Amino acid sequence: MSNGYFENYIPILLLAGVVTLLAVGMLLLSYLLGPRRPSKEKLAAYECGVMPTGDARQRFSVKFYLVAMVFILFDVEVIFLYPWAVIFHELRMLGFIQMILFIGLVLPGFVYLWRQGIFDWSETDTSEWPDTPPVTLPGVSLVVPNVVQEATPFSGGSQ
Amino acid sequence: MDLPFLLYTLLKIVVVVFALLTAVAYTVWFERKVVAHMQSRWGPTRVGPYGLLQPLADVIKLITKEDITPSGVFRLVYLAAPCLAVITALLVFAVIPFGPRTEMGGIDIFQITDLDIGLLFILSVSSMGVYGIALAGWSSNSKYSLLGGLRSSAQMISYELAMGLSIVGVVLLTGSLSLRQVVDNQSGSWWGIIPHWNVIPQFIGFFCYFVSAIAETNRLPFDLPEAETELVAGYHTEYSSMRFAMFFLAEYTNMTAVSCVATVLYFGGWSGPVFGPEALQTVLPLLWFFLKVLAFLFVYVWIRGTLPRFRYDQLMAFGWKFLLPLALANMVLTSFVQAVRYGG
Repeated sequence: MSNGYFENYIPILLLAGVVTLLAVGMLLLSYLLGPRRPSKEKLAAYECGVMPTGDARQRFSVKFYLVAMVFILFDVEVIFLYPWAVIFHELRMLGFIQMILFIGLVLPGFVYLWRQGIFDWSETDTSEWPDTPPVTLPGVSLVVPNVVQEATPFSGGSQ
Repeated sequence: MDLPFLLYTLLKIVVVVFALLTAVAYTVWFERKVVAHMQSRWGPTRVGPYGLLQPLADVIKLITKEDITPSGVFRLVYLAAPCLAVITALLVFAVIPFGPRTEMGGIDIFQITDLDIGLLFILSVSSMGVYGIALAGWSSNSKYSLLGGLRSSAQMISYELAMGLSIVGVVLLTGSLSLRQVVDNQSGSWWGIIPHWNVIPQFIGFFCYFVSAIAETNRLPFDLPEAETELVAGYHTEYSSMRFAMFFLAEYTNMTAVSCVATVLYFGGWSGPVFGPEALQTVLPLLWFFLKVLAFLFVYVWIRGTLPRFRYDQLMAFGWKFLLPLALANMVLTSFVQAVRYGG
């Protein structure tokens, strides 16, 4: 048995083929065995039993894009570390210092994002709200509780 | 490359995939049973002794159900998404070594293939799993699916960073990305009692890995993509019959894969006491590997039975503000200690 470099990858190709066949086979089997009795209501998008209002091709929170962009930046950084870690036994202390410099360059960006609030997903942070002053009426003393005035969804939706 | 090689490999692959599917089906049974007992219930009892034939009954039921394709979906992507989820989940097992190198007919029977870049392969394939979920959420053209898919993609990519960083610690200790070498590096013991497992020097890394792995597989307490109290069923709301079951299958396969990777990276893989006649010596490592994976699956279920679900802002804050810095600190610390150990 020759031990060529690419020979290690042929089993992966085979496995990919087998699992693709399996997945398509499962789809096909349920397509063949299941009944098919469509109706207009059954084919409507699920919205808790009410008639769907509009479709789902709507705008959503920009925060999801931000997370994706930040992920790409830092994921590249993480992948940089892999070859470094593999040959670390040759680099030794010099490698360690180089990596500290590298992380020192990337970390300020992370701190900046943190301070910009990219990782804060709750828009209504009640801890920073001023305390509601007690309302005093002549003869009546009552304290208005700190209620949420306007609920804002923190993710998705089109409000 | 010749024909017998291909045939043997194909046979090995079919056996592994078949064993895996059976194992995954029984993981569902195991979870239902364990959670039931944690909640003072019996779990499945009707089909077969102890409900052991329940997975089979479930499959038959799911496969003979009507597969509804809602009218507003993007059909091609809608059908491709569950396939993608299953394919990426099963592909991870290509590089996982289930036992020590044992040749039969010139072929290693306990591992599909030993790549030099096994760890990178696992990272890349498992990060492709997000496509299945994101595309399912988008193509369904339902608001719940869209929100579930979005949440899920954001969550998975966030925790992937912490996961990647925590594994760097293991690579620093091993100096190789081949999973077999990672396990071989953990053989032996300290003072004859404590096994030489990576979890001991890398316990922070293991914590980061396991927490982010739970988040990656969308399991409780990180199951926000399918938080049923707010999103009905999340990204697979519009999926029915076998298409739904494929997402289910992908989720449990991912759980098993994560448990296998955790066993290989941190708990010495198949290493354990080996004794007795030769046949027993071949089987025992497999048994140790299986038991370790089972222990991880039990922890999964245990956590599910214990912890409530996170809120989404807590989830994001935990991943970015706690887990990522912790994994980074662990990596810096590990590399410093290693540099001192190598000297100069």
